Parts: sequence; structure tokens; C-alpha cells
Amino acid sequence: MFRKRPEGSAATVWVTVEGREVQVPAGASAAAALLLAGLAATRETAVSGAARGPYCLMGVCFECLAEIDGVPNCQSCMVTIGPGMAIRRQHGKRIATPQ
Amino acid sequence: MQRIDAIVIGGGLVGSAIAYGLARAGLKTALIDEGDVAFRASRGNFGLVWVQSKGLGAPHYQRWTRRSAEEWPKLAAELVAGTGIDPALEQPGGVHLCLSDQELDERRARMEQMRAEAGNFGFDYRMLGPSELKDMLPRLGPAVVGASWTPYDGHANSLYLLHALHNGFVQRGGVYIPNRTIDYAAAQPNDFRLGSGADEVAAPKIVLAAGLGNAKLAPLFGLRAPVRPQRGQILVTERAGRVFDMPTTTVRQTVEGGIMIGDSMEDVGFDTSQRPDVMAAMAERAVLSFPWLAELQVVRAWAALRVMPPDGTPIYDESEQFPGAFTANCHSGVTLAGAHANVFAAMVAAGALAPEMVPFSARRFDVPQAA
Repeated sequence: MFRKRPEGSAATVWVTVEGREVQVPAGASAAAALLLAGLAATRETAVSGAARGPYCLMGVCFECLAEIDGVPNCQSCMVTIGPGMAIRRQHGKRIATPQ
Repeated sequence: MQRIDAIVIGGGLVGSAIAYGLARAGLKTALIDEGDVAFRASRGNFGLVWVQSKGLGAPHYQRWTRRSAEEWPKLAAELVAGTGIDPALEQPGGVHLCLSDQELDERRARMEQMRAEAGNFGFDYRMLGPSELKDMLPRLGPAVVGASWTPYDGHANSLYLLHALHNGFVQRGGVYIPNRTIDYAAAQPNDFRLGSGADEVAAPKIVLAAGLGNAKLAPLFGLRAPVRPQRGQILVTERAGRVFDMPTTTVRQTVEGGIMIGDSMEDVGFDTSQRPDVMAAMAERAVLSFPWLAELQVVRAWAALRVMPPDGTPIYDESEQFPGAFTANCHSGVTLAGAHANVFAAMVAAGALAPEMVPFSARRFDVPQAA
């Protein structure tokens, strides 16, 4: 259940945030990558479109929703980054794609 | 002791709608609410304003449900205007999807019987095949062989409805008393006293709308409310852009975008726990109906208890022993909110239930056993 915090470790893994390459420490979350990329807001809410960003960082508040490797509405704080991971902002509601 | 015109026990959707209607009629009304420790079907329900499945073999219930669906737009508009809280009513009609020929045959027979029992009142419905359904519900799965449709059905946000009713009630002078249970009750004809902690309220009218709690409360007032719990489970997906407006019996998309799946009826007493096998069966059937649902994430799930009379039909009653005491029991607090606020409350305010309510009395259960 518990993992060591990746504090102090060097940013060595390349991911992309909104298509821009960002280096983050191994073991960090996708939400950390969003924050490291310096975005002021990482999503717009589904109903009112208000700007939001990662908040609780422990899987509770759902404020850090992002599109990760093409999957929308991921709780980015609960996803560990991997090399080449593509992280994008979540713009409002996702689209449910028809078959 | 506080003397008022009417007391309503139960701050869920049934009690709140009746209390709102009483306050609007000018009665000084107290609404006693157990609070969030209560079972609160009002907070666990599916949010349908549903007509087409209600009242088979009980035409009075069919008419009552239709009446409520007709009253709903007036109630919703009044709540929006008065409180600014929009219960998000939409009544585009609704469908019940059938996933096998046997289900479709049973549904067709049921709808034919509903129409026959409606008599001169009429019951507009159609059985639809997959090609017609595609226009109403795009992207249905091949497992759907047909459906029944009526124009009367709809859905709403039941949490906003409860919030709006509470607000509207207080705005109209109602006294909302939360987080209270009844410590003692004294009944005399047209004279009821309730004690809760150090508070006592007295009124010539009382309405029991305490959901499953009515079973124990009713006998204190010369009434019967033989309701039992029936568990229902619900899954909710992440919010997605609007895919369909038309609610179905078991799958609907909310105004906010989440897709609700509710498809269980379980007799398990007062157990509100969730069962993975039931949740899996609900999800499987939903995906057979709408294959694109499979890619959405389920973000919340819960179980809640319906308030179920023995025959599934609501119980409305007035006490012969203690005139002025009424009871309202049903599993459809959302659907029947229009009738409760706009029709039932007016009867209570007038002091007696209308003759059309007689078939809803619990006296219907006092039938001698056949030899």
C-alpha cells in the first residue's frame, strides 16, 4: 500500500505534457508531471468549465483528471509515469465514442 | 410547546414534497427529519420520473402516477422560480429495453394489459423494433431486440429536488427540524403531540412519511404501514458529453453527463452493503444494451433501500381512530413528488383524502384468507 516518496531523486524520465517534453523523477505521478510542466490549470470542469488543477494528490478529490495515453478522465495523481507517457489536459466532459 | 397546523414526520422526498405543499397552502407546518443517519432512499435513488411500468393490476396507481408526471413540470417551474434550484426535469418519454424475445413478449403483454386497465383514461404506448429505436437511442447493441415506449416518462436530479423542496418549504414559513427522532407521540382525534428531546410540538394534523420508519410509527396513530426494505444498487460512470436524452428503465444519462446504471431488486432486509456479483450483472446488461458504455469508467457505486409495500403499490391512508392522522408510503418519491406536493398535500390541508384514494388504503391487506 505504501511507497517511498520520490523526493530528492533526479528528474530522469521523459514524458510529454500537452505535447511538450518534460523530465520527471522515476516513480512520480502523472499529476506531478502536470505540475512540473508549470501549467496554471490542468483541466476544465465537466459542467461549468471552471479551471482546476491537482489538489489532494491522493485519489480523493478528482480535481487532477487528465487524458493519459489517450484515455480521458484519468486520476493523474494515481498513475505512475513511465517513459514516453503522453499526458494532456482534460477539457470538460469526455466524449463517449460510438462503436 | 409549539402549536402549529401540521406536522410531517420524515424529511425525505415524500415528506418534503407533502410539507412543501402544506406550507404553500398556508398551514404552519413542522418537518421533522431524522437526518443523514436515516436510510434516505431520497439520496440513493435512480432519478426516474417513470410512468410506463407503474400500476399493473392497479389502475388507480396508474392514474396517480400519470397525474404526478403531469404535475411535475408545474412543481419544477415553481421550485426554480422560488428557490433558484433546478431539479433538472426532462420528460422526453422513455423506453424499456428488451434483450430477448421472451422479454419482449412479456413486455408487450404487460403494456397491452396497462392499456386495457386504463380504459377511457387511455394509455399511449408503442412497441418498437431496433430500426425505430436507432432514431431515439443511437448506438444500441445488437442484443436489443425491441422496447416499449411511452411519452409520459422522464427523469430528474433527485438531489436537487430534495434540496429545492427543503428550501422552498422554509421559504414559505415551514419549520424544518433536522437530526431528530421521535421520543414520544400522543394521539387524540385532531390533536397530536410529539416529543423530541426537550422540544414538543402539537398540531391537529400529522402526516407520517418516514419511509421504512413508518412501519413502527403508524400503529401509534391507528394506522398500518406494512412496508419492507428492497435493496437497489446503482453504478455511475464518469461524465461524458450528451449521448442520449431518452431515459430507459435501467440506464440514463444525467444532465451533468454521468451515466447511471440501476438494475437490481434484492430482498435482503436492512442490509445496505454492495454485492460485486450484482454490480457485474448490472454492468453486463448495460453494456449489452449500449456497447460503447464499456469504455467508460465507473466512478461511484452505492446501494440503497426502497420503501416497498407488500404489493408494490403505494399506501395512502387516514386514521379512523384518530382523524387528522395520515400516512404516505411508496418507493417512488421522485416520480410521485408532483402528486404529493400538488394533490396529496391539498387533501391533507382540506382534512380528508379524496374518494379516489380509497383503493390505496392499507385496509386492502385486511382480506380474509381463502379457506
